[in-house]
This record gives sequence, C-alpha cells and structure tokens, in this order.
Amino acid sequence: MSEKEELKKTSAKAASGAKEGKKKTSYISAKDSRRITKFNRKITKKLENDREEAGKDPASYTTKMRDPNNVVEFDNMCTYFFSDVGTVKAVDGISFDVPKCSTVGVVGESGCGKSVTSLSLMQLLQRPAGQTVGGEIRLNMGDGTALNIVNTPVEKMQELRGNYISMIFQEPMTALNPVFRIGRQVNEVIELHNPEMTEEEVKARTMEMLELVGIANKEGVYEMYPHELSGGMRQRICIAIALACRPGLIIADEPTTALDVTIQAQILDLLQNLKDKINSSIMLITHDLGVVAGMADYVVVMYAGRVIEKGTADDIFHHPAHPYTIGLMKSKPVVGKKVDALYNIPGSVPNPVDMPNYCYFRDRCEMHCEHCSGKYPPEIRISDTHVVSCYRFFETGEVLGYPKTVDVEGLLNG
Amino acid sequence: MAETTVQAHDAYSAELFRDAEKNPENLLVVKNLKKYFPIKSSFFKVTVGNVKAVDGVSFIIKKGTTMGLVGESGCGKSTIGRTILRLIEKTEGEVFFNGEDIFKLSKSELRAHRPNIQIIFQDPYSSLSPRIPVGEIIGEAVREHNIVPKDEFDDYITRVMEACGLAEYHKDRYPHEFSGGQRQRICIARALALNPDFILCDEPVSALDVSIQAQIINLLRDLQREFGLTYLFISHDLSVVEHISDTVGVMYLGNLVEFAATEPLFAKPLHPYTKALFSAIPVPDPDYKMNRIILEGSIPSPANPPSGCKFHTRCRDCMEVCKYVSPDFAEVEPEHYCACHLYNSPSRSAELAKVVAEMKRQEAQKAEGKK
Repeated sequence: MSEKEELKKTSAKAASGAKEGKKKTSYISAKDSRRITKFNRKITKKLENDREEAGKDPASYTTKMRDPNNVVEFDNMCTYFFSDVGTVKAVDGISFDVPKCSTVGVVGESGCGKSVTSLSLMQLLQRPAGQTVGGEIRLNMGDGTALNIVNTPVEKMQELRGNYISMIFQEPMTALNPVFRIGRQVNEVIELHNPEMTEEEVKARTMEMLELVGIANKEGVYEMYPHELSGGMRQRICIAIALACRPGLIIADEPTTALDVTIQAQILDLLQNLKDKINSSIMLITHDLGVVAGMADYVVVMYAGRVIEKGTADDIFHHPAHPYTIGLMKSKPVVGKKVDALYNIPGSVPNPVDMPNYCYFRDRCEMHCEHCSGKYPPEIRISDTHVVSCYRFFETGEVLGYPKTVDVEGLLNG
Repeated sequence: MAETTVQAHDAYSAELFRDAEKNPENLLVVKNLKKYFPIKSSFFKVTVGNVKAVDGVSFIIKKGTTMGLVGESGCGKSTIGRTILRLIEKTEGEVFFNGEDIFKLSKSELRAHRPNIQIIFQDPYSSLSPRIPVGEIIGEAVREHNIVPKDEFDDYITRVMEACGLAEYHKDRYPHEFSGGQRQRICIARALALNPDFILCDEPVSALDVSIQAQIINLLRDLQREFGLTYLFISHDLSVVEHISDTVGVMYLGNLVEFAATEPLFAKPLHPYTKALFSAIPVPDPDYKMNRIILEGSIPSPANPPSGCKFHTRCRDCMEVCKYVSPDFAEVEPEHYCACHLYNSPSRSAELAKVVAEMKRQEAQKAEGKK
C-alpha cells in the first residue's frame, strides 16, 4: 500500500472517531492528580539522571553540523513541561537552521513555543519541570565540531552563554539588576569570559561597547543605575551586555515589544547595523510581522508548538502557503491599505495539554480537506527555500518527513 | 515682560472651537484641557513642581465617529481619557459632553451621567474582579443604575453578552476560566450594558494576540454600527488606529500636535513628529523600502519640559523661534489642525521674530547681571 492510500484510510478512521467525541472538561479528579504527580516525579528523575550521565562523557554531546555554514541547527527538538495538569508539549519536534550572518525571524502567537525554543537553546528552562526530551540542538563551535546543547552539562553551558550565544530579553528593566551600576553589569560579562584581562582593559572594552550601541554620554552612563535610564537606553545597555563577547548568535526575544514605535525604530536599526559589524546571526523572536519583514532574511512561523511554515522573508510575505500564515497576514491592519473588516481566524489555539492527533489548525482552518483529519501533516517542500506543513501541497510538493514526537510513557518504560 | 509675551502665545487660542459645544453634532468637545500632577517635597508636602501630563489639549468628537489618540508612552493619552471621564479632576479647561460641561456637574448629577460614558481598559486580566461571576460583572452596574426593570434583567444581560460574542452559559463562570480575547469581550459587554453614548477604549487590544486583536476590533466596529456608539480609541499601534478611526489626534508630551481626519493625516502628515512617528511603523512587506526618520534621544521629562515648542530638542526642522515660543494649535488646512511654526503665516512669523529678539535680549541681560 502506498503512503498516500494509507493516509486516506487513517484520515477516514480519524474522522469517524472524532464524531463520537468525549466530554471535555478541565476538571481533574484527586486520583488523576495524584497519578500525574507521581508520573512527573518519576519521569523528571529519570531525565535528570540521563542528563547527568550524558554530561560526564564529552563524546555524548559532541556532534557534527549537517551544514558547516549554520550557526545553530534545531533537529526535531521536543521540549515538554511536566505540569500538574498533564504533560504540556510546548515545543514538539521542530526543525530549522540559523545560517551564519543572517537574521532568522521566529513568528507566532503567544503560547506557540517561540520563547521555549530560545530558552531550550540557552538551556534556561525551568528544570526539572521543563525538559528537552528529544531531538538535537547543534551549536557550531567554529572549529569543525558542534555541541549538542540538549546533553551539554551546565558547567560547559556557562562557557557558551554570553560567549557563543547571548540573549536580549523583552523587558529591559527586569533584565538589568537594579542594585548594580551599569558599568559593573557590562564588566561582569567581559570579566567572566576573559579572566586574563586586567581591570583597565575590561573598562576600556565596556566603554567601547557602550559607544557601539550609540550611548553618547558613556562616562556618565557607566556610573548610573538602571532606573536612571529610559526604556530605549536600557535596551541599548542590554544589547551592549549581549554583544560584549561578540557571540556568534544573538537571540532577541521580543526586543522591542515594551518600547514605543520611535524607540523601536532606533533599536531595530541598531541591531541591524551591529549584526554586520560583529558578523553574528540574530534569531529574532516576535509576534509583530512588520518587525520581521523589516529585519529578517529567513522566517519561521510557529503554531501550537510546531513549525508550520519556513522560508525566506520573500517566500513567507509574498507567497504565504499555510492557511494560518495567510490568516495572520490578513488579520493585521496595514497602514495605507484600507479594508472594511479585518479577517479574523475563527476559534482559538487548542489546549496544549490535550493536543489533537490531526493537524492542530484543522478546526480553525477554512481550507481544510479530508486529509487533514489524518496524521499531523509532514513538512512539504514547495520551492528551494520554502517548506510548509499543510496537506494542500501533499500532491504537488516533495514530502520531507513528519515531525518526530516523543512518547513520554514509553520513555519511562524503555 | 517676557513672561506675558509667552503667555499670549499659549498653544490654545480662544477662537479655536468657539461655541463648538452648541452644535448638537459634536458629542464631546474638549477645550484647552490641562492636568498637572503636583510633585511634593518629601517632608513638608510643599508642592515643588508639576508634572504637566496634559498641557492644553483641544479636540472635538462628532457623534457616531471614532477618534484615535496616538503618541508615545508617557505623553498623556490615558490622562486625557481619565480626565474626560472625570475619574481624575482637571487642572484647567473645559469638557463638554452633549453640550454640558461635565466639570460643573454635582455629585448626584455626575452619577446619573456616568452610564453615558464608559471605559474599556487595556489589560483584561487585571480589570475584572476574580471573585465575581461574569454575569454579575456585567450586570452589577445595570442594577445600580436601574437601566432595565427587574424582571427583564436576566434577558437583558443575555442579550448584551450575545451582542459581544459570549454565550449565556458563560454567566456563571469566573474570569479566570476565559482566554484574553474573551475577557476583553466581557469588558466590552460590561461597558455596553449601560447603554452608553460614548466609550473610551484605553488600549483595548495591546495586550492581545494579532488574530484575537482582529476579532476585538471587528467587534468594536460592529457594535458601533449597531448602536451608534462614539469611541475615543487610545492606542500606540498606529496601524490599528488608522483602521478604526475617523479622526486622529497625535500627542507629544502633553500637547496635541496634530489633529485631523484619518485619511488626510496619514496621506500628508504636517507636523515633523507625526512624520517621524509614521515613518517608524513597521510594514509587513520585506520589499518595502524603509525610509525611517530616526528621532534622536527619547521623550523629555514632562516635569521639566523644554522651553518653546516641546518637540524642538528632537526636531529635524528646528528653527530659532521654536526654542523660545510654543507654536499655536491652528487650523493649517481645513479641518486639519497642527501646532508647528513651520506653518505660520508670514505676518505671524514677523511678529514672532520680534518676540524672540526681545527674549534673547533679556536673556543676555540676565546673563550679564549674573556676572
């Protein structure tokens, strides 16, 4: 039986099963609650032990990049949270690459797993509840080897954070420490990663960084506390801290959401210029399509923990293929384009604890077909750079493969 | 001497919007509204200065239309809204609602007036009481103000909820059981239940996701058509404001710098700040050539605003006169108001040049006196 025939069969089966439907309720009985807690304790203990074992042997976390021109490769990465109401599959089998010296925009609504992706890459997940349970994140070390971030021990991660990957957070006020002066906070990063530098050298470097991010009064700002600065200035300081060790990848997690439009323009301009100056890549996480269009070379669209579409900015903005991307574009008012009523995507995101086994977007989709009730759609290549997960292209495109999910129950037993 | 000259060039001119409140088409007329928040010294509680949150703002909202109010954070958008609702008292100026000065209303009159003007807050997570079921949240004020007879109460609440896209069985649920978009619907239903003429929307969509934003914006528009509502829509998202508004006011540091109908304003902004603001809007099109006007620095403190035109410290077209005299808020083109010296008439420019020369002379004198 060919794959396509098989698919038709399963989709028919699933459609009939969906009709029966069980009663959905958010109520959890005490018995269920105890079962979940017990399971969570067991699985997190096992995962923590596995990680410790893997961390002891460098061979288990050194790998090779698939393409040496990438800074980071996500390969079927799964990050789950073992919460009291069940396992939340925040990120479930995503794959995309961040090429050298380019900007990759990750777009999606809140709760779609954008931030969890970046936190997994930094290994900043709230453990033990949050765990990267499967797949690989490969970080290019620049000397032909790569590290698999998933298994890298914490001590090794400390060398990488700030040095190879660094992060700019959404809220500059909470990212900076209110009780230390700006100078000290920038110095800290440089001192930590360059222990051989003298105090004067560190200060000189800090000054250089402050100048780089466009702070005119650098001597004054060096001695200031964060509360003395405006939001835009604080975000500049955060950028200075992130860039202090010239990392290969900067993760900007909604860097301008807390800022005003005019300040946003300043910060985006700054980021774009700095990226070229220090030859690094940016992973720009945002929900604002306008920001992505202005900055990104490649765009990854996420929905409910999965990548549903990826391609160059041109692919995504001019030839969006996934119904969700199309809907998202239409639902945002654009200055200069008058429409009578905005398109709205009906319904809302499915409950992350209890994801359906068909396409997550089917129930909100106006273009769904019979295939859509079957398995979650595979990644389908529709042009050289453009990949989409939607059955509408199943016949025409080249099927790359289904996202791999991890069976947590099986993990415990096997 | 210099003081009096500057006073004469206050941003507000008495001629502007004269008798506008007598026109029944104008639902809301705001004239030279000012709101200063005193800064108290720590010990004796002596007022040592003022934060000029709103400093002379005038505009008109016609019945059944939407006015958008945009500007950076801290420019006084929300303060205007709250003053119009008389949630906080004004410092100076007048606000006419249906031809009635709302600051002259007594306590009981104000209470009777309240159902006419309602507000939707920015954050639906903190503006709903977590301990009250939704039906009661919506119905509480209805009962207090005796909007409907007792026996029709339940049906009325159901009807209002249905108009806002909520179902009847939601009545007994609590706010935490709802998603952000649905909570905002509850807030809208609460405002709508009092059968108001005017709703102040204070950033109603900024806390929501893009796809949910579209739902709420469409809902607001549908309700406007159905019930003939008038909105003041405060937002910092210019694309949303352009979509929903009929007229737009642009604010900078407590002043309204430009006020016009949406289309001419977006097609041809006059004030340099408006131009910079519009150029900074991110456009979701990678081929769009960004021709951004990047403003230097950030918004000055409203406790100590720059002299003259408040925008002159960041303005590309700053002239000598801008540093000394604040510009008039004048009708530059028909129904297009702007406060900028670039659009002064030649006679006005000549007049101002004299004032500036006089002020400079006095400044020089003072400096010499100090030596």
